[in-house]
Amino acid sequence: MQPGAPALELRGAVKRFGPAAAVGPIDLAVPAGASLALIGPSGAGKSTVLRLMLGLLRPDEGAVLLGGTPLDPDDDALRRRYGYVVQGGGLFPHLSARDNAALVARHLRWDRARIAARLEELGALARLPGDVWERLPSELSSGQAQRVSLVRALFLDPALLLLDEPLGALDPITRAELQDDLRAAFQRLRKTVVIVTHDLAEAAFFAEILVLLRAGRIVQAGAFADLARAPAEPFVARFFGAQRALQLPGVRV
Amino acid sequence: MNGAAVLLALAVSGAAPATPAPPVRIGGAPAPPVRVGSKAFVESEVLGELGRQLLASEGIAAEHRRAVGGTRVLWEALVRGELDAYPDYTGTVAKEILGGAAGPAVEALRPALAQRGIGVTASLGFEDTYALGVRPEVAQRHGLAKISDLARHPGLRFGLTNEFLDRADGWPAVRDGYRLPQRDVRGLDHDLAYRALAAGQIDVTDLYSTDAEIRRQGLVVLEDDRRVFPEYQAVFLYRLDLEARLPAAVAALRRLEGRISAAQMIDLNARAQLDRAPVEEVAAGFLRERLGAAGTIRAEGRGARLRGRTAEHLALVAAALALAIVAAIPLGVWAALRPAAGRVVLAAVGVVQTVPSLALLVFMIPLLGIGTGPAIAALALYALLPIVRNTHAGLTGIAPELRESARALGLSRWARLRRVELPLAAPAILAGVKTAAVIAVGTATLGALVGAGGYGQPILTGIRLASVPLILEGAVPAALLALGVQGLFDLVERGLVPRGLRRGRAP
Repeated sequence: MQPGAPALELRGAVKRFGPAAAVGPIDLAVPAGASLALIGPSGAGKSTVLRLMLGLLRPDEGAVLLGGTPLDPDDDALRRRYGYVVQGGGLFPHLSARDNAALVARHLRWDRARIAARLEELGALARLPGDVWERLPSELSSGQAQRVSLVRALFLDPALLLLDEPLGALDPITRAELQDDLRAAFQRLRKTVVIVTHDLAEAAFFAEILVLLRAGRIVQAGAFADLARAPAEPFVARFFGAQRALQLPGVRV
Repeated sequence: MNGAAVLLALAVSGAAPATPAPPVRIGGAPAPPVRVGSKAFVESEVLGELGRQLLASEGIAAEHRRAVGGTRVLWEALVRGELDAYPDYTGTVAKEILGGAAGPAVEALRPALAQRGIGVTASLGFEDTYALGVRPEVAQRHGLAKISDLARHPGLRFGLTNEFLDRADGWPAVRDGYRLPQRDVRGLDHDLAYRALAAGQIDVTDLYSTDAEIRRQGLVVLEDDRRVFPEYQAVFLYRLDLEARLPAAVAALRRLEGRISAAQMIDLNARAQLDRAPVEEVAAGFLRERLGAAGTIRAEGRGARLRGRTAEHLALVAAALALAIVAAIPLGVWAALRPAAGRVVLAAVGVVQTVPSLALLVFMIPLLGIGTGPAIAALALYALLPIVRNTHAGLTGIAPELRESARALGLSRWARLRRVELPLAAPAILAGVKTAAVIAVGTATLGALVGAGGYGQPILTGIRLASVPLILEGAVPAALLALGVQGLFDLVERGLVPRGLRRGRAP
């Protein structure tokens, strides 16, 4: 990692899907320790940008830099420097919560005691009850599954945490609880966080920097207040307006 | 003679079997038993069994590979050393094996065979020549007495044994020798041909002159007035190295020389074919009455017979399945990882499946000989498709977010396969193995055609003898075994498939 370099950077990155659809070119730098939210309507390219950051997709043009050095999507081990929570949690149905969380650690031959200690530590951070670890994903509530998925992402203590709609499928109560717990965890861990969401309130709640995407391009990036006060395009105001219309005055989401 | 042969066998073996039955031992390890083969018709089986029992009565361990196939298969097996001896006929040896290079007299054949490492006994005492036969009413209606009479009736329907159709001394010789005009010539199994003849579905078939059916159906045997068929004296062919290794074995076979008349052979055939006496008993009776030798019937009850066949059948299926699994799972994985190669692999395995199982077995004979080897290879090839296809489908059917999760965790390709993808595909793979196993249990019955034993043995014999009970003796256990295998796999599934993926659970 080069000193002073952003934790993650996209330079003119383009990913094409067939002749008509494409994401990019995207220029975006994520400073180390920052929290950034990718927002925008469905199909804007949020998940694609996240996958480019992870090296799960190879850009057709441009480059992705991890700590200043270009990312090689073929280098599987590189991805251990990230924690990634896929949409829906992505827990493996054949493994217990414990085995899901400790899968990579076990593959790296951590000893039992170290794994147990790490599970306890992260279980407390994610506010998981001690009896969930032997359960299969099908025996967990959706909120618990999301928390286990977070523990799995954090297990190797990665510098970067990437979350793709982590709260998308949850009921409102579970969602509110998890939002509080996630933010508390992020603040304690001081990691670089990139979160994808289509919910503006959620983005503002988690992230210092908001990046609004539309049709594969960045429309505007900045703090919530900047975007709200000085929208770069009418679309920004429309996006903000549409979301605010869903809220009742005096009720926190 | 008997005592001398036993002494000789003892001298060779260096051990002391007190009774005729135990196998000959050299240096403590059992010597390989002398393998006597027979062709797939009753007379050959009776002769082969006579050979085995004579050897056994001399204290020489011997086994009878029954009804292994036709002349080519037996001859190749003998030359390659998979068999030590089998009964054949001089005319067949002269024309079919030596291609007419030596005359049909035994003394003329001997040097030509010796060049190939094969010895021949003198005639066993009877001739079993080819002949053409018709039902009496057909003979009467058309005035048929000689083969040359057939030329005047082009409308007659011929149903000929498959081997006879192809052999140089068979149908081609008769057709050309008599200028026969018939076009309606079909290939049939020998015993089915007799039944087709009785049912009036065909008019003319080829016969062996010692067939029991001639007597039973009162068939008219047409005179070979132009002497097209050569002499067919029954003899034993044996490997010359058997004579060097175990002279007593050849001496035992020689005891049959000149001892079986044509009438006696018809009698033996009738007992086996019409009275449905087991070939072992028919042979033992003859040895007792004519040679004063104690024919040894392995006095197996139905239970012991069933156990033996079950063991053979299970061994075939297990070995084939193990081979198939070892080959098919990596193939399926490869097909899933490399879509371009995958299409080729799936197409290739699919093509193997379209080869009729019978043909696949026969293709294996030149490569692997007779016995369990080719049967296992053919069965394994057959078992490939369900396993390859299910492995491929199981891996490619994994939800994309799970595959992405595994990649995002930073697991290597191999680790993803081992820790995530193969366990997730396990139910599909196991279902493929189960299908392959059930198919293999059924297909393994064909193994008896190449001398691999198993449940196919009684089925084949039953077809030959038109004996439904005998067919059921093979078919029923085969069906039960298939059900058992299915049940076994349901249990294995419980053990092998991860708890979170079992059927009836939401994943």
